[in-house]
Parts: sequence; C-alpha cells; structure tokens
Amino acid sequence: MKIYVSRDMASVALGADAVAQAFADAGREVIRTGSRGLFSIEPLVEVETAQGRIGYGPVGPGDVAAVLDGSHANRLGPVDQHPFFAGQQRFTFARCGVIDPVSLTEYAAQDGWKGLEAARAMTPQAVVDAVKASGLRGRGGAGFPTGIKWQTVLDAPAGDKYIVCNADEGDSGTFADRMLMEGDPYCLIEGMAIAAHAVGARHGYIYIRSEYPFAIATMRLAIDHAAHLIAPFTLEVREGAGAYVCGEETALLDSIEGKRGQVRAKPPLPALKGLFGQPTVINNVLSLAAVPFILAEGAEAYAAVGFGRSRGTMPVQLAGNVRHGGLYEIGFGITLGELVNDVGGGTASGRPVRAVQVGGPLGAYFPPSMFHLPFDYEAFAAAGGLIGHAGITVFDDSVDMAHMARFAMEFCAAESCGKCTPCRIGSTRGVEIVDRIMAARPSISRRHPDESQDPESRNARLDDAALDADFRQHDGKGGYLGKALYSRAPSRIDTSLDAQTTLLRDLCDTMKYGSLCALGGFTPYPVLSALDYFPEDFGAPAPLKEAAE
Amino acid sequence: MTFTRETDHGTPAAIATGKSVTLTIDGQAITLPEGTSIMRAASLLGGSIPKLCATDSVESFGSCRLCLVEVEGRNGYPASCTTPVAEGMVVRTQTDRLKQLRRGVMELYISDHPLDCLTCGANGDCELQDQAGAVGLRDVRYGYDGATNMGQAKDQSNPYFDFDPSKCIVCSRCVRACDEVQGTFALTIEGMGFDSKVSASQGEGFLGSECVSCGACVQACPTASLIEKKVVEVGTPDRAVVTTCAYCGVGCTFRAEMRGEELVRMVPWKDGKANRGHSCVKGRFAWGYAQHQDRILNPMIRASIDEPWREVSWDEAIAHTASEFRRIQAKYGTRSIGGITSSRCTNEETFLVQKLIRQGFGNNNVDTCARVCHSPTGYGLSQTFGTSAGTQDFDSVMQSDVILVIGANPTDGHPVFASRMKRRLRQGARLIVMDPRRTDLVKSPHIEADHHLPLRPGTNVAMLTAMAHVIVTEKLYDEAFIRERCDWDEFADWAEFVSQPARSPEAIEPLTGVKADEVRAAARLYATGGNGAIYYGLGVTEHSQGSSTVMAIANLAMATGNVGREGVGVNPLRGQNNVQGACDMGSFPHEFSGYRHVSDTATRQLFERTWGVSLDAEPGLRIPNMLDAATDGTFKGLFVQGEDILQSDPNTHHVAAGLAAMECVVVQDLFLNETANYAHVFLPGSTFLEKDGTFTNAERRIQRVRKVMAPLNGYADWEIVQLVANAMGLRWTYDHPAQIMDEIAALTPTFAGVHYDRLEAEGSLQWPANDAAPDGTPTMHIDGFVRGKGKFVVTDYVPTDEKTGPRFPLLLTTGRILSHYNVGAQTRRTANTAWHPEDRLEIHPSDAENRGIKEGDWVALKSRAGETTLRAQVTERVAPGVVYTTFHHPETQANVITTDYSDWATNCPEYKVTAVQVMPSNGPSDWQLDYADQARMSRRIAPLEAAE
Repeated sequence: MKIYVSRDMASVALGADAVAQAFADAGREVIRTGSRGLFSIEPLVEVETAQGRIGYGPVGPGDVAAVLDGSHANRLGPVDQHPFFAGQQRFTFARCGVIDPVSLTEYAAQDGWKGLEAARAMTPQAVVDAVKASGLRGRGGAGFPTGIKWQTVLDAPAGDKYIVCNADEGDSGTFADRMLMEGDPYCLIEGMAIAAHAVGARHGYIYIRSEYPFAIATMRLAIDHAAHLIAPFTLEVREGAGAYVCGEETALLDSIEGKRGQVRAKPPLPALKGLFGQPTVINNVLSLAAVPFILAEGAEAYAAVGFGRSRGTMPVQLAGNVRHGGLYEIGFGITLGELVNDVGGGTASGRPVRAVQVGGPLGAYFPPSMFHLPFDYEAFAAAGGLIGHAGITVFDDSVDMAHMARFAMEFCAAESCGKCTPCRIGSTRGVEIVDRIMAARPSISRRHPDESQDPESRNARLDDAALDADFRQHDGKGGYLGKALYSRAPSRIDTSLDAQTTLLRDLCDTMKYGSLCALGGFTPYPVLSALDYFPEDFGAPAPLKEAAE
Repeated sequence: MTFTRETDHGTPAAIATGKSVTLTIDGQAITLPEGTSIMRAASLLGGSIPKLCATDSVESFGSCRLCLVEVEGRNGYPASCTTPVAEGMVVRTQTDRLKQLRRGVMELYISDHPLDCLTCGANGDCELQDQAGAVGLRDVRYGYDGATNMGQAKDQSNPYFDFDPSKCIVCSRCVRACDEVQGTFALTIEGMGFDSKVSASQGEGFLGSECVSCGACVQACPTASLIEKKVVEVGTPDRAVVTTCAYCGVGCTFRAEMRGEELVRMVPWKDGKANRGHSCVKGRFAWGYAQHQDRILNPMIRASIDEPWREVSWDEAIAHTASEFRRIQAKYGTRSIGGITSSRCTNEETFLVQKLIRQGFGNNNVDTCARVCHSPTGYGLSQTFGTSAGTQDFDSVMQSDVILVIGANPTDGHPVFASRMKRRLRQGARLIVMDPRRTDLVKSPHIEADHHLPLRPGTNVAMLTAMAHVIVTEKLYDEAFIRERCDWDEFADWAEFVSQPARSPEAIEPLTGVKADEVRAAARLYATGGNGAIYYGLGVTEHSQGSSTVMAIANLAMATGNVGREGVGVNPLRGQNNVQGACDMGSFPHEFSGYRHVSDTATRQLFERTWGVSLDAEPGLRIPNMLDAATDGTFKGLFVQGEDILQSDPNTHHVAAGLAAMECVVVQDLFLNETANYAHVFLPGSTFLEKDGTFTNAERRIQRVRKVMAPLNGYADWEIVQLVANAMGLRWTYDHPAQIMDEIAALTPTFAGVHYDRLEAEGSLQWPANDAAPDGTPTMHIDGFVRGKGKFVVTDYVPTDEKTGPRFPLLLTTGRILSHYNVGAQTRRTANTAWHPEDRLEIHPSDAENRGIKEGDWVALKSRAGETTLRAQVTERVAPGVVYTTFHHPETQANVITTDYSDWATNCPEYKVTAVQVMPSNGPSDWQLDYADQARMSRRIAPLEAAE
C-alpha cells in the first residue's frame, strides 16, 4: 500500500515533510509527488487502494494510524472525484500531483515523451504548424501566438538559436510555473525539446527566480536524468537574482548574458536577435509545458477547448482572501464570477468580495459587477484589464483601494529597472501623488464629500501670468527649463484632490503609453481601475450604481 | 562668427545593405537605406523629433521616451529612435497627442532636476533645456517635497571634467559612449529604478576608475552632469574652428571651441575621417601646455652653454643665427652644418627647413626624428611595395576579419584608432598580438586575442619567417595573387628559403620562447581567416633588423594576397602627428620630397630650376652621423626645429658629447628642452593652435591645421624659418602656408593635386593626389604595386649584437603610455601627470623577487651604455627576463641606458632591445643628480639689461 505525499514547496510549508516522515517511520512506502494544487487540503495524503487513491487532508504527523485505518475525519474519498479536481481540464497539469516528479519511468508510463516522439517524426515546419493550429498563445501574459513566434525563429537564418524558458514567475498570487517545475519537470523539458526540434536550436536555458529553490533543484536533477533523451539538445538552469523586471523577456535575456537586467528596446525582436544576438524562442513555462499535449494528442484536441480566440486551457491560480486557494486548470471561457465564487468559494474571511485583481500586481481590479467577464484575452482587454499569468487575488470589503493603487506604484518603483523615464521617475511620483490624495481625502469611515477640498491648496493654483512676470525678471536666460523649474516652488503646487487626481490620471497616461516595457506600461491598470471602480476611496463620489444600493 | 553645434541625427547611419525604402514623414516622402531609424529619417528631412537619450555616436537605446511618434496602422506610440523605417510607412511626428505625451515625460524629468539653470555651466548649451522648450513644457505639477536625486556630491577627481550626479538624467549616453565608442566599459548604471545612478567602475571616482578620460562621455552628456571644468570656468564657447590634433599619427580633427581669444575646449569633429568624432585624453584635454608658464616667448642667445641665456630681439637672434652658420661654413666647409626637421611641425614648415638646408646651407645634411622611429618602414615598404607609407585608411579596419598587431600598443599609443579596432574586434574579427608584453589588447573587456605570441625582444624576424614557413609549407599562400601581382621567381626563392627546416616554428622556439603550436595556429589564422590586416609599431622598426622585419611583414601580406583592397594591408602606426608628412617633405638626407633620391638628376634639376641654385647630389649626414662627425670635429653647427634629440635619441652620453662639440646649436621649440641645454641660440616656437598649415597622418591623410589664436611668441614657425632663410640671403616671400603647399605640389608628383582650396572643399586628401588620383588614394596598390611587381625579399634572422649575459641578464624594452606623449614636453605640462607622474620599470614578479624588489621600490637600471634609477612596478604584463619602461620623463632619461646599436639599413636605433641588470637602489644615481644640476644651470636666463 503506497502512500503519496506532496513535496511541493507549499505543501512542505504546511508540514508535508513531517507527515511523510511519519508514514515512513511507520514502515510505509512513501512516494513524494508534486502538489494537486488545492492548498486548503494540504498536507494531503493519498493512500493507494483497489478503488484508486483515497485522499486525506489536511493531515498531521500524528494522524498515521487514523489514515491507515480509514477513520480520519478529513477523509476526502477518491481524489480524482473531489469537486475541485473533477471539474478541471488538466491538459498541462495532468501528471502534477500524481507521479514522482523525477521518475523517468512514471513520466514515460503517463504518456511522457509521446509529444517529443511525435514531433521528431515530423518536419520542423509541421511541428510549428501544429502549434499554430492549436491556437496556443503565450501564457506569460502577452498572449502572443506561440506558433507564429516559433515560425519567425525557424525562418531566421543563423548558426546558433536558443530556446529560453521564462520561469521568473514573480506576479503576486501566481505559482503555476513553480508547481509544474516541482511537480512535472519532464513536461517542461519535453516542451523545450520539441521547440528546439521545431526551430533548430541546440541549447536552451530555464531562467528560474532565486526564490524557487525547490524548483531549481528539481529542474537541475530532471535535466541530468533526461539529458540522454533530449540530446543533442542541451539545457541548463540559470538562477535569477531577485529582480521582478527580469521576468520581462528582454531583461531576462540580458540577465542570462551576465549583464544588468535591463529592458531592451524592440525591435529587434528576440525571435530574430535574442540571446547573445541570436534568434531565440522565449516562452513562459506554461506555454512550453502545453506543447507536449498538443503534439501527443493533436492540435485539434487542444483547440477544441476554449473561448473565442483564446484556445485550450489556462491554469488559473486563486489566491489572496479566498476560501479554496489553488491551481485550477480549465478551458478559457469560464467567467470571473464562477472562478471566484464557485471554484474559490468566496472569501476566506467570509465577508463580501469587494475586488479581485487579475493578472498579478499589474492587473486591473474588478468589482463583483464585472464578474460576468469570461476568462478570455480579448474580453479582459476590452474591459481595461488583462489575464496576465492568470493569477486571481481576492479582496473583501475591508480593502482600501487607494492603498492598493499606491501599492501598484510602489511595486513599480521597487522593481523598475530604471531605463525608461516614465517608469523610473513616474512610479515614485505616483506613490507621492496617492499619498497626497490619501492625506487630502476624507477619512474612509466618514466620507464627507464636503471635506474633500482644502481651501488653502485651492488658492495655490498656478497663475501663469504671474509666473511669466516673475520669470521675466530673470531676463529670460535659462530658457524653458528654467521657467518650468521656476514653476515648481512648493507654494505653487496645487495639492487639491481634484488636481492630484487629474495629475495621477495624466501620469498613468504617460506611463501607459510612454513606458518601454509592460512594467511601467501596465502599472496604470490597477491604478486606473481602482480610480474608475472605487472612486469613493479617492475622496470622490461613489459610482451611481453602488451609491444607489 | 556664430557658434553652432554639429547636427545630431540621433542614431548612426544604417549599415549598408544596398536596399532602400520610401516612407512618408509628416507628409514628406523620403527614400533612404533600410535599417535607418525613423528619427534619423526625420532629421535628414530637416525636422527634429524631441530626444534626450539618442545621439548619433551610439546605437539607439529607447529610454527617454520623448521621441515617440505615430505610425499609421500600428498600435501605440513607437520610439522613433528604435523603430526602423519600412516601405510605405506613414509617420506623424507632431500631433497634439504626441505633444501631450512628450510634455508628460518632460514634466517627470524636470521633477528630478535642480532649479539652477541660470547659474549652471551648461546654460544655453544643454539639451534638456532645449528639449523642455521643444515640447512646450510650461508647468511642473509634481511637488517639491518628493524624492529627488539632487544634492549628491560632485565627483571632481578627474582633472579635466566634473561629474555632477544631481544633474544626471540617467540617459546612459555616457555609459554607451564608453562602451561603444571608446570600448573601455568603465561606466555603468548602478542601482535600480529611481535610484539608478551613473557609476565609474565599482563606484570609484572617475580618476580612480578604469576611465581613460577620452572624453566620449562628456561629449555624449546632454546636460551639465559631465562637463569640462574649463566650460564651467570660462563659459560656453561662442565660435569654433576645425583643426587637427598635434599629438599622435592618428590625426584626429577637432573643433577648437573658443570664447573670444580663449580656447574653451577641443571637441572631436564628427566629420573627421581619421577619428570619426572620437578623441583621447591627450587631444581632447591635454592642450594646456600651449599656455604653460614654462613656454619661452622671447628669443635668447649665449656664447657658451655654461652661460645663462640672454633675451634678445628677434632681429638680433635671427642675424646671430645666420652669421654663426655662415662663419662656421666659412671656417669648416659647406657640409659642416645641418638641420633636423620636426614631425611636430606642419608639412609647410618641414618643407621650408629642408629647403633652408638644401638651398641655403648648400648641403643635404637634413634628417628628422623618423630616423629613430619609422625609417625602416620607409625603406622596407619602398623596397617591397614601392611606397614609404601604409597601404590603408583607418576605416579599412572595419572590413578586416583577422587583425595582426605586431610591436604596437595602440590602446596607449594610438588610442582613437584602437577604439575603432576594438569595435571591429567586438563585432567578431579575430586578433593576433605579437608583443613581448601582455598589452591591453591581449585581454580587456570584451576583447581577447586569439593568439598572443610573447616573443623575446629582438626575435621578430625569426618569428615572422616561421609564420611564413607555415604558410608556405602548408600551402596556405595565394598563388593566383602572387602570380598576377608579384615576381614569381623572387617568390620561389623566398619560399624555398622560408621552407627550410631551420625556419620552422619548432626550430625557432628556443630563440623566441613562443610555443610552436601557437605560432602555427596564428599563421594559419592570418592566412585563412578572410581579410587579414597587419598593424605594427615601433616594436617592429626600432631593432637592428627593423628594416628586415618590415620586409618580412610585407612578404607575409603579399604571400597571402592581403594587399590592395579594403580590410587588408600593411599599416605602420606612425608615432607623431606629422611624421608621415615630415618624411614626405624630403626630410631625409638622401631624398627630396616624395621620396626621390638626391642623386636623381632630373629631380634635382627640377628643384634647381625652381630654387635657382645648384644642389648637392651627394646624400647628407643622418643624425647619428652628424653626432659622430661632431665628436670628430668636422660638424659644427645644427638647426633643430621641434625635436629633443638629447632625450629621445639613444645613448644620451653620446648625444650630449656630440652636441657639446658643436659651436652653434640653434633650438627652435616651445620649451627649454633637454637639447636646449646644449644650445647657443633659442628661437621660441609656436603651437599648433597658433598657425596655419597641414599635417599628414598615418593613413597619408593631409588635413588642415588652422590658426585659432595669435602666436604668443610673435611668429608662426614657418615665418621664423623664413626669417632665418632671408637672413642667409635666400629672399623667400611666402605670405601664407598655402603658397608653400603650392610649391610642394609643383615639385612633388604625389602631391600635385594638393592645394588649400581642395582641402577646404574635401576636408582632407590622402596622397597620392594628382591627375591619376584626383580624389586621393585611400587604399594603395589596388591595381598593382607602385613599384610594378611586388618584391619578396629574403629576410635572414641575424641576432642582435646586444646580448644578455651574467652582468646584464635582463632585456629592457621601451614604450609609451596613454596619458603621455613621447618625451613628455607637452603632456608633462598638463594635468595628465595625474595618471603617470613618473616613469616606472615594469618587472616580472619572479625577477623582482629574485632581486628583493617590491612594488614601488627604487631600482637601479644599468646597461653597457649607462645607468639610471626609477621606481619598480611589479607586474605580469612583462614576461620573466624582460623589463619595460617609458621615456616620458627627463628625470629618468631611459635613453641613458639604450645603446647605439641600430638598424642595418637606416640607422634606426635599437631602442627595443637593451641587455640590462636591475638592482635595488636608494634613489637617483650620481649621473641623474649631476644631470639635474647641469640642466638647472643651463636653463638660467639672465635678467634683461634694460630692466637693470
């Protein structure tokens, strides 16, 4: 009777190691797997029986006997039939939580390498065509069609080409990349080997954030084990150094090259001039890990699932103030409300949901009034948001959305590489503006609209004519810059809520349309969505609908 | 005259692919090469898109976000600097939406910039200021109480420029200029986000960092963050004059930017074809010597060298000079006097000095400092190819695939060209360095030689012949080229000679100390790696077999077909600004201008007809012969213009004895140099800033020198020579150097097309420039060698007589350093001494340890010729058994040590090989103390009688 216990970092954090040790001490054969992805039942122990694997969770190290005799109160029954898992469409995460992640035998037994074998029997162009036909789009957030990217690299004439896997998973509330690398590393390796065959690359890198020591160790071990199976393609793991911006693909390439992780201007596209100036496929973990299924089961099987132009499945990650946090792989098209309320079970605190942020710290905040949105790249973009890496963070009604807007700017300021001006200076200025707004707004509990204006600061509005007169006294030398600077004397700054809110929106406009990469360019999403959907937190009247309630 | 900046198109020209595209920008159609940025295209149309991080000396970066444009059919607002043009593209650069975005960005910039425009050194010359106006910024709505990067301490450690981080806009132009233009990689951005800061090396000050002070960062800076101290002190310039640098043979052209009569800064000229807008610490910054208090501004004479100098009028000094020379000739004969032309002076001045000697002195006793540097180049290349000059222009290196650097240290000696070469190496060209020292080219950031051949000094010929052995025996030579372009029988003789087993890399390994495998690999790479270009320096020429080495190099180039097109060739890196020109102008005792022998009757008759005198058909004396003749009592008078033979020529004791034996030594110079200690007449010279003329650089490029200020001494050097000539009865009537160039053109076939009006129009011309090549000749020998068939010359290795032994077990070799120039007369009188205050002896750690020598210790350096002392620098740059020093400081007098062995063909001294011993010492030697005393006594100037 085999016992299965997860070795996933989240499970271990919840005590899985002690539980596994207790079963081993009891003389049981313990298989360590990846995580099934539902953390409210971790540490989860699965017992192999004639009826399949029976789950118990959460379980403590003192629960061995109760689990073994089936009397444990947290008996979940057959794991496959647990509602959280039964409703999923696990294309990418099919093996995660089921097998020993580094066992080549188990991987092969569960359809492993089928995709690579199929690919190797095909011409590179046929492989690229299959990926195109699957409709797979970049799972890192941008949603760019993976097959078209591969086609560009395939068509680029070059001696050396590279496959780079972006595993710098830094969005708050996301963990799918980590779970896959810890729970099914060969799936990623297989996907990269298929990509290498498809474009003619000989070497690949997996760039993993340093905060993922388990994933780094697991990938390294798996690469060692699988080297003979993917040869002549070779792979190595590169460890990040803690910068969020290195998740931006061109900064990531600079980081692998040993340079300061700084965003490159595009063009040239990495597909044509990427790592070390050579054509490079750079894809997210989830994009590459989706590829073995596509090649093994056929592009049609993958494309059959989905919504609109968003084909296949998305491993959605539920986090924050949510009852059932975890990973839920499902075809596109499920609504935001279904994910938050039905799958996630509402907030963990039991209070009403006030906002959800989709797509990491740069994603938009949506109120429940937007829960009808289908999970789909285009639908989210049209609503002023983004799917990103499919992380959903849930907040209850105690959240201060001005504080969250401030956090977005603060996050950008902390993680900005410093190359482009809107992000480098704008994010710091953004924090300062929100601070001024928070200082000027009526306290949230009172929310008296009459107190929102500070008469003194109103009087401090710029008087252009007076400024020009003052400036002319300086005989006009110093030009425009001196004039602009002269306007900046503290007494001339309008600190009213109106002025600061206008300035914040103008700043967001500058950052959104002026930034070099998505860090500065997407930071306005959470800020503007907070301003638009929750104006009352910024000292403005609440939207009509909510005011009427 | 108004001051205008050079146009900045924002991004460099596209790499030519032959394809072009047509697009529309703001309604105007334009067709240009594919790969061009929208920004550059708009600039070429005469428009200007706002920009701060873009400048056309470096690749686009896309960080400032001011240059956003709208492109029809594309989402968002692409940066025009990083977006290439495309066929049919429709671009709008000035819309309300763009103005709004640009103002938003500019508002952010200004929210973190000091409020001191009115008192800022760059006021009126600041791109941030200009662009704030261009985007119409009127209002900065961000508070003053927020975070700023202002108030940081300035870094004023560099003697020439300040770094004020408070004014930095973090555009990275300085970092990119250091990387891309200079190739030193000394600067970086430290920190992230709002805390991003420019940092030199690992947060060191600029002076303590790897920065080489080339000035590229200062030039690139759009604000006052990096600014010349002189601009802060004097103010922004109000006019600019393009002229040519007076330091090395690269021949950089600069805009001398003036405020009134005062020179504010020298800014490399982007249109300069030699330097393409780059500079080094010497040309960019080290021109303060021109106004140094040591400059002598009044003529002086004295009866004897142990007397103090007596200041006299120009009339008296000139008359005295003429009468002394005539007196000596009357007493000792026509050939008892001579002169030395200067490679620092202009072509016109050099031409006049040799004319004075041939026409006025009536003999051919003229020589020049090329005697001690590249005379073997002249001999070797004219024997093999037929011309006494390098075959390429500097641009050629950008087409090279394999670069072979022999006995040259371009990053120190020819830094601006080295930066071009390093750029090409970073693009992937392969590199072979043949040098006893591990120079910077061997390994430096993003540069690493494929092969370093650290041969023992004095074994060049053996090494090059071994490479030829590999090329011939492995049949890597280019038979088609040789059969078409060279004499096949001579090749066959040469091939038979180099194929002998005794010439193999294995056989010579004990001589050179270089592994045979490495030599073979290097030879194969040069022969088969594509375009192979050879660059060499004085490590080739200053040997007893210097001329043989030059011919061995020429043999290699011919054998592999690496002559006669872009990207290949044989290129001497000439040392001085006008050493090529001085040689061209007839400065050698056996040659008229254009390298025509004095015994050639037709040529001589041409000069005789023009000058109206009969000329001596016998070659005159070379410098060492003049000194020998002086000690023998037959040579009594010398006119030395702008050269310090006492410090620069070998075996100082012998030079001093020769000078001391003369009755009239006339020195024309800026300073009382070491040679002047033995002079009887001192004629104050003028600087390159104070006169018109031309210099010819190492690529045979003739460029204008333009007067930017009046001579402090009263006369340009050419005028002084004319005064002497006329005092000797020659009746010259030149009003301007242009007339002298006309005479040169009339008398010299290779210069027939060189006139000032053409130089004004073209910017420069590379000789030959005549009816056959009206636009000059960037690449030589394209259709055939100048001499007809290329000549292979058998070069048998003959070891030098200068040998190590128990008494002198080490080999000394000498060279230069970046911050100083030759004898240091100029650079020692600038703040460049901050980098190199003294000459040091490089010694390998094992040799140092054997002698108990530690870093910084005083050591005595002794040879058969003499002894001096200096401090040691223990380094693995030199191999065991080899020591190295520079010769920039008269206190050291490295040439007390060097011997009078010289090149068999040209008498070029064997500076690069001297057997020496090194021992710990307590300080300066007795000789150094005596010399210092004597120099002090000799430089006394008596108070003016009128003042008494």
